[in-house]
Amino acid sequence: MTATDTEVRARTAIGHDAPRVDAVAKVTGAGQFAGDLKLHGMAYGRLLRSPYAHARIVGIDTNRAAALPGVIAVMTGDDVPAADPYYGHALKDRPILAIDRVRFAGEPVVAVAAEDPAIADEAVTLIDIIYEEMPTAVTIAAALADDAPHLHDVVNVRAGLFHGLGEIHLEPGNVCYHHAFARGDMDAVFAAADVVIAGEYTFPAVYQYSLEPHTTIAQWTGADDLTVWSSCQHPFLVRAELADLYALPVGAVRVVVPYLGGGFGSKSYTKMEPITSALARVAGRPVRIANSIDEAMVTTRRHGMKAFMRTAATRDGRLLAREVRAWFDTGAYADNGPRVVATGADAAPGPYRWEAVRVDAWGVYTNTSPAGSYRAFGASHLQWCGELQVDEIGRRCGLDALQMRERNLLSRGESVRPGGKPLDADLIGDIRKVAASLNWESPKPAGIVGRGMSVGLLAAGAHPVSTAAVRMEADGGVVLLVSSTEVGQGARTVFGQIVAEELALPLDRVRVLGGDTRVTPYDRSTGASRSTTIAGLAVQRAAADVRAQILAIGARLFDLPETALEIRAASVWHEGESVPYRDVLKAHFGMVGGELIGHGEVRPEKGSGSYAEGPVFWEVCIGGAEVVVDPETGRVTVTKAVSVADVGKAINPRLVEAQEMGGAMQGIGNALHEEMLFDETGTLLNATLYEYHVPTIADMPHTFASNIVENEDGPGPYGAKGVGEGALAGVAAAIATALADAGVIIDELPATPERVWRALRMHDDRNDEDSTGSAANERATGGAASWG
Amino acid sequence: MPPEKVAPLMTLETTVNGRPVSLPIEPRAILLDVLRDRLDLTGTKRSCDSQVCGACTVLLDGTPVSACCTLAYEAGGREIETIEGLAGPNGLHPIQQAFVDTDAIQCGFCTPGFVLTTKALLAENPRPTRAAIEDYLGGNLCRCTGYWNILDAVEDAAEKLAAVSPHPQPPLPSSRERGLNGPRLSGPRGPS
Repeated sequence: MTATDTEVRARTAIGHDAPRVDAVAKVTGAGQFAGDLKLHGMAYGRLLRSPYAHARIVGIDTNRAAALPGVIAVMTGDDVPAADPYYGHALKDRPILAIDRVRFAGEPVVAVAAEDPAIADEAVTLIDIIYEEMPTAVTIAAALADDAPHLHDVVNVRAGLFHGLGEIHLEPGNVCYHHAFARGDMDAVFAAADVVIAGEYTFPAVYQYSLEPHTTIAQWTGADDLTVWSSCQHPFLVRAELADLYALPVGAVRVVVPYLGGGFGSKSYTKMEPITSALARVAGRPVRIANSIDEAMVTTRRHGMKAFMRTAATRDGRLLAREVRAWFDTGAYADNGPRVVATGADAAPGPYRWEAVRVDAWGVYTNTSPAGSYRAFGASHLQWCGELQVDEIGRRCGLDALQMRERNLLSRGESVRPGGKPLDADLIGDIRKVAASLNWESPKPAGIVGRGMSVGLLAAGAHPVSTAAVRMEADGGVVLLVSSTEVGQGARTVFGQIVAEELALPLDRVRVLGGDTRVTPYDRSTGASRSTTIAGLAVQRAAADVRAQILAIGARLFDLPETALEIRAASVWHEGESVPYRDVLKAHFGMVGGELIGHGEVRPEKGSGSYAEGPVFWEVCIGGAEVVVDPETGRVTVTKAVSVADVGKAINPRLVEAQEMGGAMQGIGNALHEEMLFDETGTLLNATLYEYHVPTIADMPHTFASNIVENEDGPGPYGAKGVGEGALAGVAAAIATALADAGVIIDELPATPERVWRALRMHDDRNDEDSTGSAANERATGGAASWG
Repeated sequence: MPPEKVAPLMTLETTVNGRPVSLPIEPRAILLDVLRDRLDLTGTKRSCDSQVCGACTVLLDGTPVSACCTLAYEAGGREIETIEGLAGPNGLHPIQQAFVDTDAIQCGFCTPGFVLTTKALLAENPRPTRAAIEDYLGGNLCRCTGYWNILDAVEDAAEKLAAVSPHPQPPLPSSRERGLNGPRLSGPRGPS
């Protein structure tokens, strides 16, 4: 089959709202998550975590715990039975269990396996540890101070298996990664600019909150065969890291992924798998470790950030140059920090036409819980800052937010960053849709009301490697083997639709397996909005392979060339005559049995597929919001949220919209509510869902409008490109710009009632002594421009 | 060994999804653990362990309670309904069907709790307003859907149930009067 065949054939299975293939399993409670599995002989693990943010471990006495009836194993950092006790996909900086020293409050120090969870809970209370507290660096500023304690010997830190971001050259200190680029003559452009806006910004550490906390079961069969059932997004990367830790061939490690109860990046890369597999090895039994919510909160989080940004423009609102310096708080261990820093830096200029740009971004170790991926990482950190400055320039120049963007946004095909993929979307068309959904030109309701929009780009797709296999069984039905994790995004449904489309089958004849690294083919990861685009393309190719095999057999049966045949309704057709697939297979194998196996592969089309050469596609992060501010309390109500899903082709429009809804909700949480608060000792103060407020049903705007744009301009099947992250960054930034439109200039998220109330007072003060744009007015939109 | 470890077992006599259950339990046993680990009813999910998220919601004599914060012995002599009890031989319960039809499900971890809370809501108030739905479901968290489709699901479920039973039974006493765990949380919580 050729691509042309697909294009001309009427599409029946894609482009419509097929119901989720897993909906019935989930609505009846039958769908299994990692915590629902129980293995014969399974023991229950529990971790004793450090109460100190930075301390030397002087001594550990586990005797009383080990003596408790029902305790099977007690493991300390010295007992970890791994060839390499350090892990980390980017930087191998993290011990499986603390060795000699703890670097954040919540770091696992001792692991216990017991016959039941209650015994394990009790056993950890019987462990005595003597700590000697060390000086801490809890904030970015403290970690960068001249006299800061160094968390790691960064000069000698080893790169992990999936660093993927170039050479590491670090000076002694707490910086674990530096990403920088510059083009144009910055100083000259700024010196000559009519308008310069500068500001400092603070972005909070945020908890991803998947309802299902991390849960992992590990089972060893002998010393060289490890199976792990885990709530993980990237089973093949977990497999590679586990094989590396235990010096095993990758085939000796099997990672199985049940349904995930949400991920949002919190289950990307390796999390609880090294510790659980180590404990299972010591215990000689299968072991489960299930995080509680407060443990999940200190397992991974979004990076807090401090940034300085300035933007130059002409007096008629043409953007000229932008300079950004940003420091990302990656906590005690790098986790995915380097990639977050790199994508954050790349997104910092925003999708505008610049004469000069300079960006420096650093990942900084602090004595707080490790930070990694969270939906729309990179874009979320700096888009709101840049968009606030674009709007401020517009206000100085007499242009509204829409006019500023129409004047300055990149066009399709223009360079986003040197050496990378040019822009592959129609941003001006997209932003006009936001304006239309907000009734941009209409008068605003009475009160303190603001309308805002924002647009950004996110380097999406990660490394473009995915494979898939389609097995057509003897009855003509299909089992699809693909390793993308079903995390709620609907991957299995979309893949099923693609196979149904390519093989002219009803969706219920396609069974989609979950990831099992010993069964389902390689897929790099489930994240970066890549599953539909990249794994989906592998699925399409695997189905097309089976289709070609059917047609080849059909050609023999009909004694006609393949070009005289077509497939529809689960049969091969020539004019009015048809043979059902099951008879095609029966003729081929001479029995009711056998199967046709199709293989699909996606790999870099040119070059190495490296981050620098990418991305696979630019995910458009675009949103709009209308907000109402209560002047007495500072409380912000989002009355309308808008997103644009620039997806190329919506294989399932309802699932696209569902991604937008979820992203928008998390954007509202990020913009208005969510913030992890560490005290000066590095203790997380709001480690419960009582104190850490995620949006509830009452926090949602009554109006949500999502616009789906289908230009069939993506690299995925049928011109699709990914979705799922853009609305988070887009809506969060639009809330910030809407607040500014209402006179509330925020330089720190979330925009809590207190911050909004204070900003309202500042606004009143500022109006008393207003100044307008001149060549000399470099003025902070927030505090003084001296940080860092 | 702490005293509760040697406390004598007690017998839990209860009804789960219409079937009588007699089970030796420790007095400290939590209902969620008994359902999941002893009765293998894993559709009831564990998340916050502190009665914030609603993922472990079950119905106790029709009243939604958080199984993570309910002692199993409190269910003695009462009827427990879990998500596994809803679908019948003829397929999904209308509320479940409504969640499927409106795409109110993503990862599915919160879904059983939302479905059961909806069942209690519609038993009390067969035609709730949007405000009433928001109030009643304020104790159930979802991190995937943005809640909009869940609101649609509840309204769709109300219609489906009305079609099945045009003359609804008189509403049960409100959960607030009968709740075991005090008033259910609703509306914004924590610092916001």
